[in-house]
Amino acid sequence: MSLRNNILDLRKRKREVQKGGGDEAIEKQAKMGKLTARERILAILDKNSFHEYDLFVEHSAKDFGMEQKVLHGDGVIIGTGTIFNKPVCIFAQDFTVAGGSLGLMHARKITKIMDHALKMRVPLIGINDSGGARIQEGVNSLAGYGEIFFRNTLASGVIPQLSVILGPCAGGAVYSPALTDFVFVVENISKMFITGPSVIKSVLGEEISMEELGGAKVHAEITGNAHFYATSEADCFEQIKTLISYIPRNNNIKAMAFPPKPPKKDRKIEQIVPSNPHSPYDIRHIIESITDGSEFFEIMELFAPNIVIGFGRMDGNTIGFVANQPKVLAGVLDTDSSDKAARFIRYCDAFNIPIVTLEDLPGYLPGVDQEHAGVIRHGAKILYAYSEATVPKITVILRKAYGGGYIAMNSRHLRADFVFAWPTAEIAVMGPEGAANIVFRKEISEAEDPEAMRLQKIEEYKQKFANPYVAASQGYIDEIIEPRETRSMILHALKVSENKDISGPKKKHGIPPF
Amino acid sequence: MTEEKELKTLIIEGAKYKTTFTKKFENREKWEAPNFNHIFSFIPGTIIDIFVKKGDKVNKGDTLLILEAMKMYNNVTMPFDGKIVKINVKKDDIIPNNYLIMEIKPL
Repeated sequence: MSLRNNILDLRKRKREVQKGGGDEAIEKQAKMGKLTARERILAILDKNSFHEYDLFVEHSAKDFGMEQKVLHGDGVIIGTGTIFNKPVCIFAQDFTVAGGSLGLMHARKITKIMDHALKMRVPLIGINDSGGARIQEGVNSLAGYGEIFFRNTLASGVIPQLSVILGPCAGGAVYSPALTDFVFVVENISKMFITGPSVIKSVLGEEISMEELGGAKVHAEITGNAHFYATSEADCFEQIKTLISYIPRNNNIKAMAFPPKPPKKDRKIEQIVPSNPHSPYDIRHIIESITDGSEFFEIMELFAPNIVIGFGRMDGNTIGFVANQPKVLAGVLDTDSSDKAARFIRYCDAFNIPIVTLEDLPGYLPGVDQEHAGVIRHGAKILYAYSEATVPKITVILRKAYGGGYIAMNSRHLRADFVFAWPTAEIAVMGPEGAANIVFRKEISEAEDPEAMRLQKIEEYKQKFANPYVAASQGYIDEIIEPRETRSMILHALKVSENKDISGPKKKHGIPPF
Repeated sequence: MTEEKELKTLIIEGAKYKTTFTKKFENREKWEAPNFNHIFSFIPGTIIDIFVKKGDKVNKGDTLLILEAMKMYNNVTMPFDGKIVKINVKKDDIIPNNYLIMEIKPL
């Protein structure tokens, strides 16, 4: 055989395997409104940048007639490529090959590319579209999942790990995405659950559709498992690229710097916040009035919207924002919002992204449901995350900073580097209404007109304590600033914090209140 | 996307805040004081067998019925000496979690 024949033979073999499950299966995939694994990879990566490995890997199952079956690439595609010309590792489960089921060789391909990503310190993108464990391979398939979970944990905090759910991801398989940093879901396509609708029906008699049980909206809004929700695969891929543009490739380098640009002129920071501390506004407008180009990339937009988290740039560099949202539940901290913020703070800290906290909250959400849902345990996470973080930490108090909420939101006492307050800030042990009722209980109850006395005492307390000057007099606030100075003060604080270097006591690791 | 939402009032420590509610907040369960005369299922499952009938006097610790869940037979027992007031299930019923199985009263 001449070289030419060898080459032709290779090309023929490649074409054959690259078809995955074959034309019929590909047609079925398209009918479900889904792209194929290969199309997805090519859509995410830079043009012509994808290189595939382990194309000719075959499954190793010997039982139940599996030895007769050919599964191209064993149902998963792995490889490397670039996004914005920066390297990434990627794998995509191929639903057209045996439903993307996970067997030993399938898992071995995934762990190979995971090992590569960790070794080379580049982001890992995993596209999940799989019916689950390949039952014919028995315990080998379980071993495969375990090997993946272990590597997810090992790589956590070293390289960014993105999970893209573009099909079913059920049973044990859900735990790989759950261990990664960011989970992307798409309406009508993503399905995640531990126990599917059929089992639930047989055990509980409860009938529920896959979409209602573990669809994209459920995970974006109710469970908090998903970080990004999209209505189409194309939108989802745009979100992935945007996220990649904001985050560092690993924990040793900085994110891509962009040319600095000012916020848009029409964002008038002084006109956003109502002076009445009980009136709502959208905190995202404040963020947009201080970030470069007024751009803000929000994370977990639908889950616990009473706190807002996400990335923006200042002077071209990525900044993590954590901000109370007065527009939803008055911006209170509760179990979900504490979870959401704490995990984001830890992400920023792991990847050396400075954190800017914008504070305006009345405290923790009261209620039996909150207490019984463990608001103590969950609320502790946010204290832990802020205290532990060693990246530059800057806080701006816009209006209310009451009680436990004040301490939790990156206060001086948790080692914030800079705490600024607007003149409208109220830093106090609680709001004037609550405080007056306690401090002046006797005067109010003994007054001829208790209601008038109560209002008078509230006003008295307000005058004396509902301002930033008491806290400033103790040095808990570094500077009281005018709202329009917010961006320049943060920029300066970031500049002088560039070489921040602190270390705590030596330990193996802390024990955060998971 | 919450732009159109109607403003509601949330009271925290005596202060009234104008804000919007989330679906989760609106659907939160109201807490009720437990009624010890009510026996609820602690897990969803199937009623395998019932050993008592209405009006029976039962001693503390006696098995009232067997609830099968996750392949386990769970004995549901009488929490105190008492009488069966009402039975809301029958053999082979599939019941959800927190379902009122039986009403009892102390002797």
